[in-house]
Amino acid sequence: MPDPAIRFERVTKAFGPVRAVDAVSFDLPQGALVTLLGPSGCGKTTTLRLIAGLELPSEGRIEIEGRDVSRLAAAERRIAMVFQSYALFPHMTVLENVAYGLSVNGARRAAAEAEARAMLASLGLEGFEARLPAELSGGQQQRVAVARALVLRPQVLLFDEPLSNLDARLRRRVREDIRDLQRKLGLSVVYVTHDQQEALAVSDLVVVMRDGRIAQMGTPTELYEDPADAFVADFMGEANVIAGEVLAADGGRARLRVGGAEVEAAMRAHPVGPATLAVRPEAVTLVDAGGVPGRVARAAFLGQTREYEVETDAGMLFVIAPASAPAFAEGAAVGCRLERVIPLRG
Amino acid sequence: MGALSLARIALACAAFGLLIPPWYGLESGFASWPGGEAAPLAVLLAGGAAWWLWPVPLILLASAPSLLAHRAEGRLLIACGAGVIAWVFLQGWAIGLPGTVWSIAAPFVGDASQPALGWGATFLLTGAVGLLSAGLAAQGRFNGDAFVSFLVVGSAALLIAFVFAPLLTILSAAAVEDGRIAPEAMLARLTAHEAWSLACVTSSLGCGVVWNTLALATLTGVLSTLLGLAFALLSARANLHLGGAFRALAILPLITPPFVVSLSLIVLFGRTGMVTEALSALFGIPRSRWIYGLPGVLLAQLLAFTPIAYLLLEGAVRQIAPSLEEAASTMGARRFTVFRTVTWPLLRPGLAAAFLLGFVESLSDFGNPLVLGGDFDVLATRIFFAIAGARHDPGRAAALALLLLGLTFGAFALQTAWLGKRRYVTVTGKGDAGVPSPLPRGLAIACGAVAFPWMAFTAIVYAIIMLGAFVHDIGRSDMTFTWRHYITAFEVEWFQGLVFRGAAWDSLFTTIEVAAISAPLTAGLGILLAWLLARQAFPGRRTLEFLAMLSFAIPGTVVGVSYIMAFNVPPLELTGTSLILIICFVFRNLPVGVRGGIAALAQIDRSLDEASATMGGGAVATLRRVILPLMRPAIIAALAYSFVHAMTAVSAVIFLVSARHNLATVYIVGRVEAGEIALAIAYSSVLILIMLAVVLGIDKLVGRAQIGRRAPAGAMQTAPVPVTA
Repeated sequence: MPDPAIRFERVTKAFGPVRAVDAVSFDLPQGALVTLLGPSGCGKTTTLRLIAGLELPSEGRIEIEGRDVSRLAAAERRIAMVFQSYALFPHMTVLENVAYGLSVNGARRAAAEAEARAMLASLGLEGFEARLPAELSGGQQQRVAVARALVLRPQVLLFDEPLSNLDARLRRRVREDIRDLQRKLGLSVVYVTHDQQEALAVSDLVVVMRDGRIAQMGTPTELYEDPADAFVADFMGEANVIAGEVLAADGGRARLRVGGAEVEAAMRAHPVGPATLAVRPEAVTLVDAGGVPGRVARAAFLGQTREYEVETDAGMLFVIAPASAPAFAEGAAVGCRLERVIPLRG
Repeated sequence: MGALSLARIALACAAFGLLIPPWYGLESGFASWPGGEAAPLAVLLAGGAAWWLWPVPLILLASAPSLLAHRAEGRLLIACGAGVIAWVFLQGWAIGLPGTVWSIAAPFVGDASQPALGWGATFLLTGAVGLLSAGLAAQGRFNGDAFVSFLVVGSAALLIAFVFAPLLTILSAAAVEDGRIAPEAMLARLTAHEAWSLACVTSSLGCGVVWNTLALATLTGVLSTLLGLAFALLSARANLHLGGAFRALAILPLITPPFVVSLSLIVLFGRTGMVTEALSALFGIPRSRWIYGLPGVLLAQLLAFTPIAYLLLEGAVRQIAPSLEEAASTMGARRFTVFRTVTWPLLRPGLAAAFLLGFVESLSDFGNPLVLGGDFDVLATRIFFAIAGARHDPGRAAALALLLLGLTFGAFALQTAWLGKRRYVTVTGKGDAGVPSPLPRGLAIACGAVAFPWMAFTAIVYAIIMLGAFVHDIGRSDMTFTWRHYITAFEVEWFQGLVFRGAAWDSLFTTIEVAAISAPLTAGLGILLAWLLARQAFPGRRTLEFLAMLSFAIPGTVVGVSYIMAFNVPPLELTGTSLILIICFVFRNLPVGVRGGIAALAQIDRSLDEASATMGGGAVATLRRVILPLMRPAIIAALAYSFVHAMTAVSAVIFLVSARHNLATVYIVGRVEAGEIALAIAYSSVLILIMLAVVLGIDKLVGRAQIGRRAPAGAMQTAPVPVTA
């Protein structure tokens, strides 16, 4: 088995009394796109900067492809980074920007420019070589930043919130471009974002962070369908977190007591007894009677879907139903059939 | 840069200093090299002379083996570097020109004596600083970056040597009498009658020089603030479109040697002045010498410093968000009420800053009190006469310098305390549309009544300078046209080549040379320091910042006194050279370069540095290829500032010039002392024109550079190019 692209061993980064990254350990596989996901202040950007060498760890050990880089500055590591602001040098042309890394690493001017030209061409940026960054659109600037990073053939390519400066319609396309490029070249990519949709859409592996620690790490499906705790459940798409009791759970189905009612739902095996349960809004079906009884407190029509808030004995349930399903008015008495329930640990 | 390569370069530099250039400072030139006076240290040692310096090459040698074996051993390098520096200075202080200074060394070296350190020592010490920095970097300090380490250690060494140590020298000079330390003498000097006497309250005798200084500074501060406020309100709020005229007014003091307005005032109001003559002829008002004294100095300082207050206050007025005033008027307040309740309180921090600036400028001003003071002495002039006058008394000069230093530091402390507490954030990130409310009518009239006559007066004062040079004797109203002053000053003759016969040429060439050498040094050191302070994290950063900004608060007179006291004897003997002038200018003008650099760096996003680092760019490459090109406007501004200030300064350098290296300003002051006002005016007008050309030329350069940097940023915000690919 090859060395992991990146290995953290109990890495801590303290800024004064604040531990932005707190004894974090993980292995990130080569050739995968890994997302660091979390709310602002969770330590994801610091983690990325630790990988880049823009911060050095206070404690712990960082390896890139098996080599200890804990004390190496950014310039001595073979990484490349695409910044949130792109950080294109405003006084250099596109070509000079892309050739910069090659030339500071000792390449001859002509060779550096030839390589930069080829890289620009492969990213569809032919004809922009002589422009200044300010003369490009946001999406083009982003691609120049990617070209500038890729031309160095880095061991790991880092993205710091690369979509945040793009308008909403461009985001989906750029994120797909990044994913295609990563697959085509077999790059090891670490990608920081606070947008869970973005993370789900592009990642092989997602690391959810919270307060400087890893809350959970797994594939997008694992995180969505089997979140470890209420925080991850809520962060990976919305979830109703309710208290309940497991009466029986085996072989994918479970009998539960929720809000005084006994219901049946799809659920993985779990010991019998009280439990904290997460229910995705789209995993609830509203029916006239049956399931957990409740009353529609608020109803909204959104075109493709309808959203409800249903008051039940287990608490307020947020429900998303397809527009094709029967509609319920505010105040109507309904039953909430729980299709699929996730038991949370702790 | 790695520690190993720095250590090797440093060792080579030190070895060069050891082997080639003369170790001691030269009196008569290189002629005797490689022996005699110009001998390098290696030759001296081989000949058995200066044997107490043997440890220096031995320590250096100790660092060589590991470097040749491709290893940079942190501790060894630190010990070698620090050891060489310490030994060179200790032996330098212990064994001076008159023989052994420290009696503790006498038993060992007998009555050996040696002159000041020279170029050999300079290279050797630079190498030692390099070894020390390489050692620190090898130990992982400064993130292991030897380049940053060298910059920090080197600039700290320079700042300690040329800013901090001279101040300490003053302190010790004030405490020394007849060659021994005498605290009671220091106390007596600091509380002397001449400084604190209150005789002027009860009798016709003059008051103590501290009271004089404080009174003048307070008056100048208050009046220049009020005048500046009148100009600021008119230009920002009165829709008179006077921006150009006001700005021309504001640029004048920048390019004028500070005492030039005094010359003009003498021409107008002196005993035989034009206004005095007219008043005497028309109204029979007796001639008097009222201009020589507090009124004259005050008038001159107001002319010189009001534009500075105006610039500062105009900024303050424009920063007040119109929406605040609009809010007040929507709540029913009338114009004057809005001004009184909203505008004025928001202006108070600006007013305080303007007052303190005028106050400090007045404290430090030397030229105007010297020319116009008469019997009215202030600290700056009294210090000068304690050194240059008939009664040469360094102890007294040092004590007076300490008093002046105390006043300026006090004023700066006050300013920091005041501004620290009362800074209203009126500039927010949000755009603030809105029209500034116009001035209340009464206030506008009052401002105009003050500002326009003052502007006319300023214009006349400067016109006199330009006119006075072309007439026979403007001081005695002899207004016949002549070139003779220019001929005296700037005569050129063709006699087997171009001969500069005029009396002013020598000092003008020296001035331009010194200014042209010191300006790039100031800008370079300032920008590098700014980069260190703004972009690098290292222990001692605050201390370095304090040292770099310290000279901003030291009046020129104090600098001058401290320099002649600190650099008059070996091991660092610089007086009488043009080098001391250059060093003086570099460290006096440094804070402005540092500030400008820090401000410019604040505009350059840190992610650019980081992007360069992630692409493999080390500190040197990042600085050279990314940061410095983007800082071009700040660099050019620092160049311009230091050049112009080196051309116009008088207070510090009047102590440091010599017959061989005289400066234009000092030469002019000398002409005034000798009563040759017209010649002084002629020379001043030439200086002003040179400076105007420099400032305008640089403005053009900077202007273009700024456009080059701003246009893309603006284009990015306003006109995104549509996606084409």
